[in-house]
Amino acid sequence: MDTISRKGELRMMALFAVIVLLMPIWLIPFGAAYPDLLQKFAIFGIFAVGFNILFGLTGYLSFGHAVFLGVGSYAAVWSFKLFTMNVIPAVIFGVLFSGIFAAVIGFVSLRRSGIYFSILTLAFAQMSYNLAYSVLTPITNGETGLQLRLHDLRMIDGLFIEAGEGLPLTNLFGIKMSGYPGFYFCAVLLILAFYLALRITNSPFGMALKAIKSNQLRMGYTGFNTRPYLMSAFMISGMYAGLAGALLAVTDPLAGAERMQWTASGEVVLMTILGGVGTLFGPLLGAGLIKYFENIFSSYNDALLQETFSFLPDMLNNLVVGIISPFVGDGWHLTLGGLFMVIIIFLPGGIVGGITMLWRRYIKKRGASAELEGETS
Amino acid sequence: MTTVLNVSGVNKRFGGLQALDNVNLKVEEGQTLAIIGPNGAGKSTLLNVCIGRLTPDSGSVEFHGETLIGKQPYEINQAGVARVFQTPEIFPELNLLENVMIPALSKRNGAFHFNIISRIREEKQIESDAINYLTEFGLQDQSDNEAGTLSRGDKRRLELAMCLVQKPKLLLLDEPTAGMSRHDTNTTIELLKKIKESGMTKVIIEHDMQVVFSLADKIVVLAQGAIIAGGTPDEIRNDPKVQEAYLGEEQV
Repeated sequence: MDTISRKGELRMMALFAVIVLLMPIWLIPFGAAYPDLLQKFAIFGIFAVGFNILFGLTGYLSFGHAVFLGVGSYAAVWSFKLFTMNVIPAVIFGVLFSGIFAAVIGFVSLRRSGIYFSILTLAFAQMSYNLAYSVLTPITNGETGLQLRLHDLRMIDGLFIEAGEGLPLTNLFGIKMSGYPGFYFCAVLLILAFYLALRITNSPFGMALKAIKSNQLRMGYTGFNTRPYLMSAFMISGMYAGLAGALLAVTDPLAGAERMQWTASGEVVLMTILGGVGTLFGPLLGAGLIKYFENIFSSYNDALLQETFSFLPDMLNNLVVGIISPFVGDGWHLTLGGLFMVIIIFLPGGIVGGITMLWRRYIKKRGASAELEGETS
Repeated sequence: MTTVLNVSGVNKRFGGLQALDNVNLKVEEGQTLAIIGPNGAGKSTLLNVCIGRLTPDSGSVEFHGETLIGKQPYEINQAGVARVFQTPEIFPELNLLENVMIPALSKRNGAFHFNIISRIREEKQIESDAINYLTEFGLQDQSDNEAGTLSRGDKRRLELAMCLVQKPKLLLLDEPTAGMSRHDTNTTIELLKKIKESGMTKVIIEHDMQVVFSLADKIVVLAQGAIIAGGTPDEIRNDPKVQEAYLGEEQV
């Protein structure tokens, strides 16, 4: 766990910003360069980076992080309904409310650690999900989900803008937040969120979190009160999820309870583990891969497969399509599951962990051969 | 001389077992007190009472006149008590430098400090302090290694460095040489002697007579939860009660 210097930090951020902002270009060959999917990459990237601040640094595995995603979305949509279609207040409300929720859930759940902590967070998530479906219908609009309506209050917008025909669109001071502008808005926030995560990881606070993961008993006898450290990490990571939730509403202004379901909580765990727990880039990579699979693989159907393999003779074509078809379309989860198993078994450190291991081996080999050359010359 | 640790009238009962029976002891500044006794005599219970892990049924534990009973481990550490465990408790996944920087940060910043965006790299004072202590304990060449890869003896030395970087007022050691080879034991004794010369107040719980007699200024012998003897190493060596309860076994 090496920390990096100020210069290295700057270089890393510059490279990162370029990679993220140029995604619409370099993702073209992968067939993923369309705004809807790009937005998802950025949003779920933020979600996973935030999740990693809790899980990666402290080792506390929350199984209910989707709650904060849902709270962020609801808060953002309410901001659209009550105040203005401008996205800035929506994002602020999303982060604020998920922070409050994280404070409450964290206060109770962090009394326990390990599997009991995970179960507590899962229980809270399911509770929130069911409440959103039933008792809280006045706030969440239950099964239908919270949507914009023509006669919404929009107090601030009402002062300045004449209500037009049809539903208003989310905007950033007039710039519409759908399509590419929406992606760039999310991308800029992703870059900022990533930078904050980088700073946290390399701060004394971050080191304390890693030490809590490593040996909590020693932390106590070293004079650290671990509760406020864990509480802060939990709240920060909840607020990241809230930001992601708010951005989901920014790009598509509706919020439904299913966003809080346990499968959504599980997804972010998968993303983080797939990419590499505790690494900076791993969760991003995991989020990107899963969203890519979800969108690309699930869109393949039998007809499309027939076409792809049409160069083969008919019988062979049918055979190949028969073998592949369960793994694409509705069955893309099968591919994801297989990939996940392969990574857990062969690369326990996730994709980034695997790459780091190969790189270290390469450096070692090169070092050894350089030494040999030194001896022979 | 001021009294650093004052244990008076401490009783602790586990079900039918009187683990500690009216224990009184005082540790003066700069003194090394050794607590010895056969297995099950209550040595570890006594230490756990001193650091707040166990609450005694009655009696008081005072550190510089302030009670330690009912306090959290981190509060006791912040008050100036550092502890070395029977099996070294370090941060195995972090490197040696980080292992020593963390206690130094706790000493400077207190029990909680929300410095999420300052850079650990720019904590030059903390870093050089940590390097000094690593050097003193002969671990400077390994400062980039993960602490989990160290040998048992080195882990113990690292743990001592972690405790001493905080400049504690009292150092508690629970069997610091348990499970060590003769060679590691000897280097640890040398190290503890050096620490003693710096004027550190220490309480040691130990089985190994060589360690006890070469380090302690004062020895307290526990048997069945009660103090049966106390005095200088020479007095203890010649005390018939002690020989019967403890040393006798070894002389057979």
